[in-house]
Amino acid sequence: MSAVIEEHHEHHDHKPTGIGRWLFSTNHKDIGTMYLWFSFLMFFVGGAMALVIRAELFEPGLQLVEPEFFNQMTTLHGLIMVFGVIMPAFVGLANWQVPMMIGAPDMALPRMNNWSFWLLPGAFGILIASLIMSMMGMGSAPNFGWTFYAPLSTTYGPASTDYFIFSVHIMGISSIMGAINIIATIMNLRAPGMTYMKMPIFVWTWFITAYLLIAVMPVLAGVVTMMLTDRNFGTSFFNAAGGGDPVLFQHVFWFFGHPEVYIMILPAFGVVSQIVPTFARKKIFGYSSMVYATASIAFLSFIVWAHHMFTTGMPVAGELYFMYATMLIAIPTGVKVFNWVSTMWRGSMTFETPMLFAIGFIFLFTIGGFTGLMMCIAPADFQYHDTYFIVAHFHYVLATGAAFSIMGAVYFWIPKWTGNMYNETLGKWHFWLTTIGGNMVFFPMHFVGLAGMPRRIPDYSLQFAEFNALATVGAFIFGFSQLIFLYNVIKTTRGGEKATEKVWEGADGLEWTLPSPAPFHSFTTPPQVR
Amino acid sequence: MTSQPNQNPGNARVISRLMIIVFGMFGFGFAMVPLYDVFCDITGINGKTNDQAVQAVSRQIDESRNIEVEFIASLNADMPWAFYPLQKKVTVHPGQPMRINYVAKNLTDKAIIGHAVPSVAPGRAATYFEKTECFCFTEQKLEAGEEKEMPVIFVVDPELPEDVNQLALSYTFFIKPGSEAQTLAQN
Repeated sequence: MSAVIEEHHEHHDHKPTGIGRWLFSTNHKDIGTMYLWFSFLMFFVGGAMALVIRAELFEPGLQLVEPEFFNQMTTLHGLIMVFGVIMPAFVGLANWQVPMMIGAPDMALPRMNNWSFWLLPGAFGILIASLIMSMMGMGSAPNFGWTFYAPLSTTYGPASTDYFIFSVHIMGISSIMGAINIIATIMNLRAPGMTYMKMPIFVWTWFITAYLLIAVMPVLAGVVTMMLTDRNFGTSFFNAAGGGDPVLFQHVFWFFGHPEVYIMILPAFGVVSQIVPTFARKKIFGYSSMVYATASIAFLSFIVWAHHMFTTGMPVAGELYFMYATMLIAIPTGVKVFNWVSTMWRGSMTFETPMLFAIGFIFLFTIGGFTGLMMCIAPADFQYHDTYFIVAHFHYVLATGAAFSIMGAVYFWIPKWTGNMYNETLGKWHFWLTTIGGNMVFFPMHFVGLAGMPRRIPDYSLQFAEFNALATVGAFIFGFSQLIFLYNVIKTTRGGEKATEKVWEGADGLEWTLPSPAPFHSFTTPPQVR
Repeated sequence: MTSQPNQNPGNARVISRLMIIVFGMFGFGFAMVPLYDVFCDITGINGKTNDQAVQAVSRQIDESRNIEVEFIASLNADMPWAFYPLQKKVTVHPGQPMRINYVAKNLTDKAIIGHAVPSVAPGRAATYFEKTECFCFTEQKLEAGEEKEMPVIFVVDPELPEDVNQLALSYTFFIKPGSEAQTLAQN
């Protein structure tokens, strides 16, 4: 059988070599690899910016950087981590895994896949160019925070804001094309017998995420287009002098922004839903409730956006509506957390690195979820708004949430990708240092935030000094332990103990029926799914 | 079977349907601009009050209630005018028309066009505050050094909720974007 396949595919199984293999690649694995490496590179760029921020905040007063530069760091750190690290990493995982998990040979639209990746380096090149120009003394890089509220980004934005707008347009196009590709692949290339309700949860979460991307990335493109015309072509969407309204910016932005945060967490839910059953050696508990919960979260994400804006002077009726609607999200999210816990219940668990990251995710993401619930209480949010409490919340759900799931996913699937086992000892070191460092940096932020330390300010009052010093030490542990991860990944790609086809004892799914490393074209004849 | 996946006929259909969503949502982002205005007008939230003259209708004057209306004037950062109300505060009965005056003076030696944006607090009272005449309905041009009295005639709707006894009417004067004063302000 395999001989037949090889014969049939001889004429187009040859890979281009050299740089052309990557530049012109239409292969889902090569493109997935590029997405993942791009994300990894951006992780270190954005991480270095985080360390600049934390170093400045090590003690009160201004030490290392000018406040103007600090503002550029907070802005670019946020933009790079959101659009350059977490989103591309998940698209990379989808590229690698979705065709293998549904029994397809490749993505449905391979040429578009190439294009959607290669737009990204351009987009971030433009964004980072603005920082390089700023460091060379030519104006300022974007300095208005990753949320780029008008009028900070319109009337008062630096000249480089137009670079930023162009960059966001390009990354939006890239995301939309990536999402279309994933939807087309899932709808059209499932193996015979793979009905929707038999798809692995990771595929389901990406299917729903892709719809979210298609629905809200155009809104982001719209809002930056309005900024562009406000800045350069005399319109007044957000300028009160011309009859516009700056609060409108926040409504349009958060209409994009809230679904965006679920774009960054739903695939993480999917990853954890693959890892936990594997190492608990049980089927996932409540498969269909997982699917419905994901869909409910996606739906709710569209009707809660103004909980980011409780302090803008909304009427009480609006605050109450957005408060209750937001509370509803806790229900499907709770369903998921309980399902993971129930999957582990009485399972034969082992704690390899992917499982550690998955359990770390469940534990720490839930802390972030709880602080989210605290903030959805409108009267309480007046206290939390714009403080380090918010910073603690979204780093618990993004850094120790989404990023943890990505790291877990890499350890989980890298034996399949490379054919080699990673170094388990280094993996465990990486997990524990990241967990300890992560909690050291983000947990104290809850306390200083509740005590009123504002976010995005390079200086602070003396009473916050100890917690900030602790957070900075944690940040450096967190940051430098990622070098272990980098080393481990490089070492695994170069060689090591050979991985078996199934890799993990409890592994279940089509990707584990392929040899390790997975062949260049995944399933050349569709597998039969019972 | 699907060795050439890009020729799957289903793909074109999926792409075209998804592209409709993409363009639709891009349009929806812009549609939020008027929708947001309409929503605020209907509900009166955001302190939005009428920006066009309301037809004066004679109403029953409710002499049992006294509503205190305060007047506030502010200037946008770049606006080189002086601007203040002649009366800080008046007391009116609901249904009773009232005329008050604001004064604006151009402090520069160039003509400037300004636009005043009104706001009423508390926001939920905004729909009950009706201006029949206001300098905010049109742009105001002041020649160099010119000073002008600008009237506002308003009436408070007797339907105003019982617990509201105080209102504040505030105006912010902005330079009209693109008017020649824009360059002046940046010098």
